[in-house]
Amino acid sequence: MGTYSTNEFKGGLKVMLDGDPCSIVDNEFVKPGKGQAFNRVKLRNLKTGRVWERTFRSGESLESADVMDRDMEYLYNDGEFFHFMEPETFEQHQADAKAVGDAAKWLKEQDTCVVTLYNGAPLAVTPPNHVILEITDTDPGVRGDTAQGGTKPATLATGAVVKVPLFLEIGETIKVDTRTGEYLGRAKED
Amino acid sequence: MSESSWRPTASLDNLRRRATLLADIRRFFSERHVLEMEVPILSRRATSDPHIDSIGADCNGAPAFLATSPEFGLKRLLAAGMGDCYYLGKAFRNGEAGGRHNPEFTMLEWYRVGWDDHRLMIEVGEFLSWVLSISRVRSYSYRALFLQHLDVDPHRASLDELKAVVARELELSFEPAGRDECLDLLMSHYIEPNMDSGDERGITLVYDFPATQAALARVEDDELGVPVARRFEAYVGGMELANGYWELTDAPEQLRRFEADQRYREDNDKAVNPFEERLVQALEAGMPNCAGVALGVDRLLMLACAAGSIDEVIGFPIDRA
Repeated sequence: MGTYSTNEFKGGLKVMLDGDPCSIVDNEFVKPGKGQAFNRVKLRNLKTGRVWERTFRSGESLESADVMDRDMEYLYNDGEFFHFMEPETFEQHQADAKAVGDAAKWLKEQDTCVVTLYNGAPLAVTPPNHVILEITDTDPGVRGDTAQGGTKPATLATGAVVKVPLFLEIGETIKVDTRTGEYLGRAKED
Repeated sequence: MSESSWRPTASLDNLRRRATLLADIRRFFSERHVLEMEVPILSRRATSDPHIDSIGADCNGAPAFLATSPEFGLKRLLAAGMGDCYYLGKAFRNGEAGGRHNPEFTMLEWYRVGWDDHRLMIEVGEFLSWVLSISRVRSYSYRALFLQHLDVDPHRASLDELKAVVARELELSFEPAGRDECLDLLMSHYIEPNMDSGDERGITLVYDFPATQAALARVEDDELGVPVARRFEAYVGGMELANGYWELTDAPEQLRRFEADQRYREDNDKAVNPFEERLVQALEAGMPNCAGVALGVDRLLMLACAAGSIDEVIGFPIDRA
């Protein structure tokens, strides 16, 4: 693996810090006119999601991290692992609950997710920005109340709970933004 | 290469503001009878500053260097008897690029004969107040600033005490090597960003730097008997704008500092280039007592335009130059 010097640090670069793979968020060159040059760097630890701030001497370098993002199809959950497949090669990867994290509540079979691989193994899973899911549980719909704008909680097929308008019924499918957990609308039947 | 990379990164409004600023600067000095001078930007000599690197060139078959500041040329003019003078133009520093740095930048540097650092600080305050329409100017000694922000005396604290303050406030990838590295870290990472916090924007002047950071300033005892550099810096909005000295006029001391700089560069695997021995000769011949200051014009423009990055005030920064 190669190394990167502070002057090559830029947003998105994947490097190793304290034994963990990190993604550089921001790199600020700091130099007092008559003093030494430093780089003040923000890095996201890809294992924990935490953002670290760390100052380097300009010219220091970090080892690159073997991290890559791949589009993969979600296949199934066997109770312990979540299984994904690369659409081109049909190669399969299994991710544990820690790697999948909060994405688990949005995963629907056959949806395409971004799986982040670290040394070839899944490190994190990012669900599609928009998913279409069926409502499996909610209070009975209130007809003629569409203008009121009230909401109620609804449980979806994957286990996620989102706020939906009062008129929706069990069995309907809706579109949700996974980044905010917001209801976007009824899914179009086509 | 993107399709728009021929365009300036700065808006045309900001570039027009630059033209006005350059004209205003010349008017300020013209009214005060300070003369504009040209000095070599391509020189056979390099800077010896431990933390500044010259950009090398090849000229008529021999090595040459782009000037990192107009200081040596202006001081040779002062020794020749020119009197109050200034330079407004380009300077170049290798490896400096970021939100507040471009390797090619515009510098204003001026000298006042018979003045000391405190007298020149007043004029720097007047200049900045006038350009930026800021009325509040505050001065602190380097010690007072460290005591106020970090409760530590930068001149008297032990290296271990300084390291403990650094460890308390900052996350580093390395162990600081000495006092000056600790102080540079605390100044640039902690004090500068907090200078203006919670308050209206003001001009902050800091004076009496550690003697080890004297560069080309005189070193004298302060009121507590601690040797300090008669050097000052000006900051606005947490950004370093200017660096000034009550200038060293002692030729043997100047030569010692050049040689010490060269040794530091050699010990730290930095390029060791010919230093300007003609400055030593000029001091031997006699340079008048004077104070001088260098100011980053691009940063001044950033403040005047409320720009977040130097690319917003330079037409063609290095990636498009």
